[in-house]
Amino acid sequence: MSKAVVELPPKGGFNFDLCRRNEMLLKKGASPPSFRKTGTTIVGLIYQEGVILGADTRATAGSIVCDKNCEKIHYMAPNIYCCGAGTAADTEAVTDMVSSQLQLHRYHTSRESRVATALTLLKSHLFNYQGYVQAALVLGGVDVTGPHLHMIYPHGSTDALPFATMGSGSLAAMAVFESKYCEGLNKEEGINLVCEAICAGIFNDLGSGSNVDICVITKGHKEYLRNYRVPNTRAHFSSKEFTFPKKTEVLLTKIVPLREKIEVTEDGDAMEE
Amino acid sequence: MSIFEYNGSALVAMVGKNCFAIASDRRLGVQLQTIATDFQRISKIHDRLFLGLSGLATDAQTLYQRLVFRHKLYQLREERDMKPETFANLVSAILYEKRFGPYFCQPVIAGLGDEDKPFICTMDSIGAKELAKDFVVAGTASESLYGACESMFKDDMEPEELFETVSQALLSSVDRDCLSGWGGHVYVVTPTEVKERILKGRMD
Repeated sequence: MSKAVVELPPKGGFNFDLCRRNEMLLKKGASPPSFRKTGTTIVGLIYQEGVILGADTRATAGSIVCDKNCEKIHYMAPNIYCCGAGTAADTEAVTDMVSSQLQLHRYHTSRESRVATALTLLKSHLFNYQGYVQAALVLGGVDVTGPHLHMIYPHGSTDALPFATMGSGSLAAMAVFESKYCEGLNKEEGINLVCEAICAGIFNDLGSGSNVDICVITKGHKEYLRNYRVPNTRAHFSSKEFTFPKKTEVLLTKIVPLREKIEVTEDGDAMEE
Repeated sequence: MSIFEYNGSALVAMVGKNCFAIASDRRLGVQLQTIATDFQRISKIHDRLFLGLSGLATDAQTLYQRLVFRHKLYQLREERDMKPETFANLVSAILYEKRFGPYFCQPVIAGLGDEDKPFICTMDSIGAKELAKDFVVAGTASESLYGACESMFKDDMEPEELFETVSQALLSSVDRDCLSGWGGHVYVVTPTEVKERILKGRMD
């Protein structure tokens, strides 16, 4: 009798099935692929009424820009957002996972999520994986206890600060913050300062580029300004478009018409009793 | 030598006006030796959703079988086809599950979503999604493809013009890559039909 191995849908968490095979390939000289990173400049600051988060929008794979307008400010809760730097898959997965856990917690407790909750969930996950989940995050939000801003490092340590920067462009952005930050900024000053810090990263760091995304969180209200500033529009459009007078040679064409959707109307006769 | 360069591949998907095109090369090689010139990289998941898998061919086939399995289960449970956005999330989750021992594949997903709005997406080998509004590329020829698509792409192209643009971008990029080529395979999908065409290219 043959043993049929049925693959059940996975129960969650990481699966290490292919590790042995991949190590064997590595020994044979096949180097692993580079993962998509978000070189990045991400910043956050606390102002008069709440928290402002900012991020650039470039995603790189090695030295190639693979996404010119990606989103690095991730939703965690209606009053909490998180910017992510590092390996793109890790930041997306970890923020999505904690966002779902926060939603379940909100259903359980019927209360608005607190930033400290998100912080603890993130840092314990990252510490569990000892830094192998390469996500460096700037977490900001406003809850009942007030505005909070935290930096979370890939190994699981955290800092609580009035202004924070992370990513490859963090030094450029921190230089702007250290010289111009003061407590009690109003909304306009805060947004301008965050924009300046991100632009410093965009123009001086090669791993960051494209546009500036901003998220303003206050008590009971949030504003997600996607592409708040676009300092790098493409200027060199050629007036002569690409035309291909000599068509591509086709060897074989196969056309499959798609089935039309059948609309069922209510005109039918009633069933016999 | 990178594991991605073992088999060689080139994949591109582009968005047009209420339609999309997904194209691949046809070579299957073992490092520098070509062993097949009619390899299928693009597979149909359902009438309005196509998946292209570049990278290591064995992982591409395994991943494709797992995804078809999951989609069939979904069809049985929900009695309908998966939306492209949902499918992209499924692929991303399956790839991230293997974060520390990944499949050496880069998928390109292209489909028509609600109201016939085209959807394209690519991911790296651990599931980091890249949603684009114009084009996505994958494979060993990806750097040339980025350049070709960036210059040849126009907004709102009709299906015939889209086919021409995608074919020219693909053929010119694989001509500059030793590991991919030997013709092209292009699918242009509109709400009413799927046109599959095999292109004549340089066989070197």
